[in-house]
Amino acid sequence: MVPKDLRYTKEHEWVRVEGDMATVGITDYAAEQLGDIVFVELPDLGRTVTQFNAVGVIESVKAVSDLFAPVGGEVVEANSELSTSPELLNGDPFGKGWMLRIKLSDPAQVDGLLDADAYEALTSEG
Amino acid sequence: MAYGPHTTDDRAQMLAAIGVASVDDLFADIPESLRSTGLRLPAPESEADLSARLRRLAARNRVDLASFLGAGAYRHFTPAVVDQLLLRGEFYTAYTPYQPEISQGTLQTIYEYQSLMAELTGLDVVSASHYDGATATAEAALMSCRATRRERVLVSRGVHPHYRETLCTYFGGASLQADEIPLVVDGPAAGTTDLAALERMLADTAHPVGGVVVANPSFLGLLEPMAEVGRLAHAAGALFVSVVEPVSLAVLASPGEYEADIAAGDGQPLGIPLSYGGPYLGILACRESLVRQIPGRLVGMTTDVDGKRAFVMTLRAREQDIRREKAASNICTNQALCALAATIYIGAMGPHGLRDVASLGAARAAALEVALGAAGAPRLHPGPYLNEFAVRVPNAAAVHSRLLGKGVLAGLPLARVIPDDPTLTDALLVCATEVTTTDEIAAFASALGEELAGGVR
Repeated sequence: MVPKDLRYTKEHEWVRVEGDMATVGITDYAAEQLGDIVFVELPDLGRTVTQFNAVGVIESVKAVSDLFAPVGGEVVEANSELSTSPELLNGDPFGKGWMLRIKLSDPAQVDGLLDADAYEALTSEG
Repeated sequence: MAYGPHTTDDRAQMLAAIGVASVDDLFADIPESLRSTGLRLPAPESEADLSARLRRLAARNRVDLASFLGAGAYRHFTPAVVDQLLLRGEFYTAYTPYQPEISQGTLQTIYEYQSLMAELTGLDVVSASHYDGATATAEAALMSCRATRRERVLVSRGVHPHYRETLCTYFGGASLQADEIPLVVDGPAAGTTDLAALERMLADTAHPVGGVVVANPSFLGLLEPMAEVGRLAHAAGALFVSVVEPVSLAVLASPGEYEADIAAGDGQPLGIPLSYGGPYLGILACRESLVRQIPGRLVGMTTDVDGKRAFVMTLRAREQDIRREKAASNICTNQALCALAATIYIGAMGPHGLRDVASLGAARAAALEVALGAAGAPRLHPGPYLNEFAVRVPNAAAVHSRLLGKGVLAGLPLARVIPDDPTLTDALLVCATEVTTTDEIAAFASALGEELAGGVR
């Protein structure tokens, strides 16, 4: 069961909201589908991202997947550990494998995302 | 596994299995008007007759000329060991090594090729090879834009005109901008890349430059101020792409030494025959930090489940079959056989042999310069060259044609490939290598002397 306090997207990103800051990552389901992750390309700091646009790339041994911004805003932090240890996405996707911190431009966007139950339903169908 | 062609029975069985009456039925989706009606080929000939016909065709090649033609493809002596190994069935007909379990030989030779090119270029990562020098240069330029996220490159007019044309073709498709850096018109640096112009072009902050592309030696044979170009490029936040000729790297400073980020070039001079223009060998190398940006196959060394050394294609997720429209390039192959030829050639020659090839070529070229100068055709430019240079010859095209009739291939009339430069209209680009003989030089100088003494006809 995915963490209850997070919100989710259809593209398997998760969001943790604290005030006007959102921490973003990919779910364990996504990491498992991708296989061993070997490289992560994250957007530059200061970049303004639009909700649901592709902002980065996650590369595994067998596939390449876009990282979509679950919310819009300014990228204020990127997890630099991922450049040396991309496997954190496989090992601890909700914790040490966090990817970005975004300053929300529109906090209301979060309400439109899936909650834990809806996301569970999505991944159990597939 | 049987390697013979299908028999009629085989085909009948397969058709029955899928419930189709004839092979033609499988193409029913294609409109009648677009279907092939068969190939219009001449009637079959016996092997003897066909061989004779091909021999007559081949005899039309002029292999009797004293050739001073370079301009991107160079005559060198290839030791017999190259062909002997190349023609082995295991190499000659091997397919792409997708399955490392059955391709260790092929993979190892590509790894060796990559390693040798890394040594020659002084850079960290080398791709398994590209089509030719022109496409490798275009890919290098694209890399520089991707890595810097900028949309413009500056290319010296000293880069081979065919390479520049290919680069523009690639850039047009990608909606990127390629601007030419002019050459110095006169003075001691005449014919080389104009550094002052380069600096001005780099200063245009409205159109930041992702890459600066300069060849060394240049198409005109001149040595370029590569370290300076690198400094200017890096100061402006651009990457530095160096276009190189691999044999020259045995004696000239390598791209790694003058801080180039990417090196591109053609490996034809490394044991690959001239063959009327191809197949040749695209060399592409870069710094470690750009490893995810480099297109093409990469072969790596690892260990298998038993801990034994093994070779595999690696970093595959960069490639077109996985990244699809997001891939750096559409390439999904390499010039395996040509890369192998280059690897065997370098292995046979060794570092000393390669240095000898380059040095002998330089020595012959120096002798050529003296001989042509005495015959009335002085060098066009004053700067240093390795084994290729331009000489002033009035009515160069006509003289070239008449010298051909006298058994001399007098290099290349430059106006033929660079028609828009007035300083190059009466000029021949000539070159010498380790196979150029003193007799050939004497014949060229003598014939040229006659032409120039005889005046315009």
